[in-house]
Amino acid sequence: MRTCLIVDDSRVIRKVARRILEDLGFDIAEAADGAEALAWCRTAMPDVVLLDWNMPVMNGLEFLRGLRMEPGGGAPKVVFCTVENELAAIREALESGADEYIMKPFDSEIVAAKFAQAGLV
Amino acid sequence: MKPEDRDLVAQLCAARSGQQVDPAKDYLLETRLGPVARREGFDSIADLISGLRTRREDRLIWAIVEAMAAGDTSFFRDQALFNLFRDDLAPDLVRRRGDQPIRIWSAACATGQEVHSLAMLVDEMAGDHPAAQFEIFGSDLSERALEKAQSGLYTQFEVQRGLPIRSLVRHFDKIDDAWVISPRIRQAIRWRRLNLIGDLSRVRGFDVIFCRHVLETMIEPAQQRVIENLTAALNPGAYLVVGTHEAQVLEAQGLKAAEQAGVFRSPANARAAA
Repeated sequence: MRTCLIVDDSRVIRKVARRILEDLGFDIAEAADGAEALAWCRTAMPDVVLLDWNMPVMNGLEFLRGLRMEPGGGAPKVVFCTVENELAAIREALESGADEYIMKPFDSEIVAAKFAQAGLV
Repeated sequence: MKPEDRDLVAQLCAARSGQQVDPAKDYLLETRLGPVARREGFDSIADLISGLRTRREDRLIWAIVEAMAAGDTSFFRDQALFNLFRDDLAPDLVRRRGDQPIRIWSAACATGQEVHSLAMLVDEMAGDHPAAQFEIFGSDLSERALEKAQSGLYTQFEVQRGLPIRSLVRHFDKIDDAWVISPRIRQAIRWRRLNLIGDLSRVRGFDVIFCRHVLETMIEPAQQRVIENLTAALNPGAYLVVGTHEAQVLEAQGLKAAEQAGVFRSPANARAAA
């Protein structure tokens, strides 16, 4: 079973995303900020990262850039999931190595569609 | 909703657009007709139907029929079909059509997601087929749906249903909370209101027609009529793409399916249409 690391400082968002992604067949791991997520990835690289942008300690973009520098860090697909919905932010995320991008609020249909586009389901 | 009101709506839809209204789906009638009632200044759907019986205005009838015909749609719905178009159908047509334009028709384009998806795909294929010319047409029964389609304006929710993020970045701009498709894509499409069970004898010469999730909503005589209209509009060797669940409707009418689910091909030796 493939693993998805959900990175979001909101416990509620992590819980909602977990339910949706478990229904899509993923094993779930959780992290509350970018630093925690990066530590997790150094231990076991996930197949996918669902990534919030604005978080304490280390934000999503910093995490993504750090992840891509790690050995094997180019492999996981990274799907941003954030309230940042301006074109400039989306472009910056893609240029930094994101594969897909979800603008909050989201629902199960949007997550399923985005994961399908990224070739994940 | 009263059974006699429901029956009247069903009769009007069948007669005007060929659409089958399922009497078991009361909620659908109420969801679709509630906004029509409000827009037309009635206090309730019952008042709307009562007004319809009294006034019998064509405009009111069409408002009801168009509202009932509205279907669910999204960008790149059934992604595999768009991949098929990009990887197989379009290259085949480019090869066969030479310097002739390839004419694509989204026959029930609703609020435009399907035809805009096709236009974006064609735009992105230009590098692989620099000499190919495409003409893209979108039609729908509903004036309101066509107005929205032509505006190219979509909500955040709509652009997240099926649209890859790179296509959003490439082809859309953000205006306040809405997303608007680029003028280049919008202007690549010609629009027209068309009733697929109407007289389409002047609609001819298409290389690909997309008509998905329409036949499955129609009464049987209307299905026949639509299939006659669409097949007559195809060039020889052209493609008709329907929903994968609608293939059996075409097969029942004697059409032969291509290898791909939901794709039919007109005979290569058919007389070229005028």
